[in-house]
Amino acid sequence: MTIMDQDGDDGIVLTEEQKRRRRARNIAIALVLGALVVLFYVLTIVKLGPGVLQRPL
Amino acid sequence: MSLITEGAELTRPTGAESRAEPSLAGVGDYFALLKPRVMSLVVFTALVGLMVAPGHLHPVEGFVALLCIAIGAGAAGALNMWYDADIDALMTRTADRPIPAGRVARGEALGFGMTLAIGSVAVLGLATNWLAAGLLAFTIFFYVAVYTMWLKRSTPQNIVIGGAAGAFPPMIGWAAATGGIGIESIVLFLVIFFWTPPHFWALSLWRAGDYARAGVPMLPVVAGAAETRRQIMIYALMLAPLGVVPWLLGYSGALYGVVSLLAGAGIVWLAVRVRREDGLTAAKQLFGFSILYLFVLFAVLLADDRLGHLLGRAV
Repeated sequence: MTIMDQDGDDGIVLTEEQKRRRRARNIAIALVLGALVVLFYVLTIVKLGPGVLQRPL
Repeated sequence: MSLITEGAELTRPTGAESRAEPSLAGVGDYFALLKPRVMSLVVFTALVGLMVAPGHLHPVEGFVALLCIAIGAGAAGALNMWYDADIDALMTRTADRPIPAGRVARGEALGFGMTLAIGSVAVLGLATNWLAAGLLAFTIFFYVAVYTMWLKRSTPQNIVIGGAAGAFPPMIGWAAATGGIGIESIVLFLVIFFWTPPHFWALSLWRAGDYARAGVPMLPVVAGAAETRRQIMIYALMLAPLGVVPWLLGYSGALYGVVSLLAGAGIVWLAVRVRREDGLTAAKQLFGFSILYLFVLFAVLLADDRLGHLLGRAV
């Protein structure tokens, strides 16, 4: 028997409001991470210039 | 036998002490932790510092620099709310902030603030230079450790010394563009530094009850309203000529000179009224005007600089 299935406890059950807010937080984090990816990509191109793609093999 | 099953006789703690309540924090609560209104002034003054600086910064680098300064300021705000949650709960102005209202846990705010602080400093250093990043790191440290943790609860000079944290942004913007610290950026620092006391003390005149209840030794609580009104006038008298210095030093034109003189006269006139009147009307007017003063001063400094570039510094 594991701790997880002791006493048939279903654990924490989120209310609809809590689920809605968790979903909003997740979307916000995804958008921020996506924006950071774009930002770092553009910044890299600006800092290093197009020459970053022309490397000797 | 796994570690999990070995622990079968261990009773899982139940109740509130073992489980964090599921978070009810909305995205807006995390945004509120960043103190967006303070952040807007920080971004604006940093933008002016960055734009009037003689160095050249690629627009993308400039944007990243401003973003980092904004996020760094927001991080300082979140860490301030983490530390001050106890007194925020006692003051009507701050009781509905995310932590005292119970929507965000203190630990979450600490983690949020630290992540943003470290991230913003690192990205600013990589995007521009490490002097600007060092200044941003020092600003966050100064606001959180020196102002929030130490001065705020221990001396009525809290906002005078702590005001330095709010004065650094134009200097950071300048450093991001030039890689150095010029006398011009020090003047911009001093303008905000001397602007802070009359601005906050005007507010504290009608919020003294709040501060007293929370045990924060703001000047009106410790020294009384009359002494606060006197100090407001002293700082306004120092601020008005300081505002004109960029013109006197020759790095802004006549347009800025005229506007800074008029705005300085306005702030002194209101400070004199605050000193003479017993009511709070003049204090509220001074508080509102002080925000306008700083905004107009920096906006005209920027406009004057751009105009100077267009006309070959003839204004």
